[in-house]
Amino acid sequence: MSKLRVTFTFVGVLVQEPVIWQLSQKFAVKTNIRRADVKDGLGWVTLELEGEEEVLQQGIEWVRSTGTEVELVTGDVIE
Amino acid sequence: MAFATALKCRECGREYPTDPLNVCEFCFGPLEVKYDYEAISRSMSRDSIQNGPITMWRYEDLLPVDAANAVDLHTGFTPLIKATNLGRILGLDHLYIKNDAVNPTNSFKDRVVSVAATKAVEYEFKTLACASTGNLAGSVAAHAAKAGMSSYIFIPSDLERGKVVGAAIYGPTVVAIDGSYDDVNRLCSELADTYPWAFVNINMRPYYAEGSKTLGYEVAEQLGWQAPAHCVVPSASGSMFTKIWKGLNEFEDLGLIPKVNTHMHMTQAEGCSPIAAAYEAGTTRVRPVKPKTIAKSLAIGNPADGYYSLKVIEDSHGDATIVPEEEVVDGIQLLAENEGIFTETAGGVVISGLKRLVERGAIKRDEITVAYITGNGLKTIEAVEELVNPIHIEPTMAAFHEQIPNP
Repeated sequence: MSKLRVTFTFVGVLVQEPVIWQLSQKFAVKTNIRRADVKDGLGWVTLELEGEEEVLQQGIEWVRSTGTEVELVTGDVIE
Repeated sequence: MAFATALKCRECGREYPTDPLNVCEFCFGPLEVKYDYEAISRSMSRDSIQNGPITMWRYEDLLPVDAANAVDLHTGFTPLIKATNLGRILGLDHLYIKNDAVNPTNSFKDRVVSVAATKAVEYEFKTLACASTGNLAGSVAAHAAKAGMSSYIFIPSDLERGKVVGAAIYGPTVVAIDGSYDDVNRLCSELADTYPWAFVNINMRPYYAEGSKTLGYEVAEQLGWQAPAHCVVPSASGSMFTKIWKGLNEFEDLGLIPKVNTHMHMTQAEGCSPIAAAYEAGTTRVRPVKPKTIAKSLAIGNPADGYYSLKVIEDSHGDATIVPEEEVVDGIQLLAENEGIFTETAGGVVISGLKRLVERGAIKRDEITVAYITGNGLKTIEAVEELVNPIHIEPTMAAFHEQIPNP
């Protein structure tokens, strides 16, 4: 099993969509929320995802396909 | 001796021992080094600093490692140059250039890597690692060589040959990864979780970042123990920007300089300006972008310290400037032709950003202003190649006079 710490950012109407619930329904991915906020039409949530590596990647691709932005909590590490 | 007492989460305040950690296990917020400032104030004075080595390690009490074992290539205490020619052109009487391009591997990265490498040795890591498109790679490989460690450098597979050579010469294992920036970022995060390596800007990040504070200390000391009115700084992740501010404020808190009234001005190139764009939009939420800029050393689309940089701008009554891509080379040229300093593209962003700041009245003629030049121009030759047009002649005096009649 792999774990990935990510931040999802929801813009506009996506704030009202149950993206995290759908992710765990469609894929064998455990979601564990640690921090979140919604302000000025923008929502973000920092969470840990756990699952088989391939399934995790499929899940993240699906989340991105909804228009949700997905980034690692560490930020970019290529300097 | 080291006065670091803990790592503290910048979000929830939870504390951890000074271990190789970078995020809070509870809320995933970033960790920062906490110090015993009372003990530091008893140990550190202007005299003790001035009697220290002529390197960044003269500020050892404010760094989170034991300086006796520093992995040091003689980094820091770089020149602060009065830029009289450029100042005259821009209309500034007290303009200074902090020339950090003269560090051992020609960029400010030696400051952060020196601290990270020293901490890695303390933790008894055998391998130093990073993901990089240039400056960081060379610095990590050089410090690993000095420390007798092995090193892994991960690069995007389309990186220019010259930049690969600048790191490879020190003997690291260079791994070129096929894939997008996102892919490289994700793989490196996984590698850092998997192998017992000191990944300088991942599991060493809280210590690594502290090295940039010395850019604040040095400027204050070199200005005769005072903070400047303005700092103009290039930003990628935003880490250095926040640490210069932290450094100045630590000096004030320790009574080494009078009250800090410095305005922190961030500069980013148009093709990768997520923090400056958030500033302009009046939000503290930084939206990641896909970098497309000639200022490659500033090309971080998802900046880890974006939010904290915006707080520094707010606290210091500073601002952020977006420099159009076409003005980056203008800035390089302006600095080179007037001060004899050849900077990389990030420096071009700073100088063009400084020009804009003066033009819009954010910096006044009589205010002490420091522009941070963080990398050497030889690193980004490709950006300025078109400016070079030598006159070709036959090896005769006649040919010379024909081409240049009035030398």
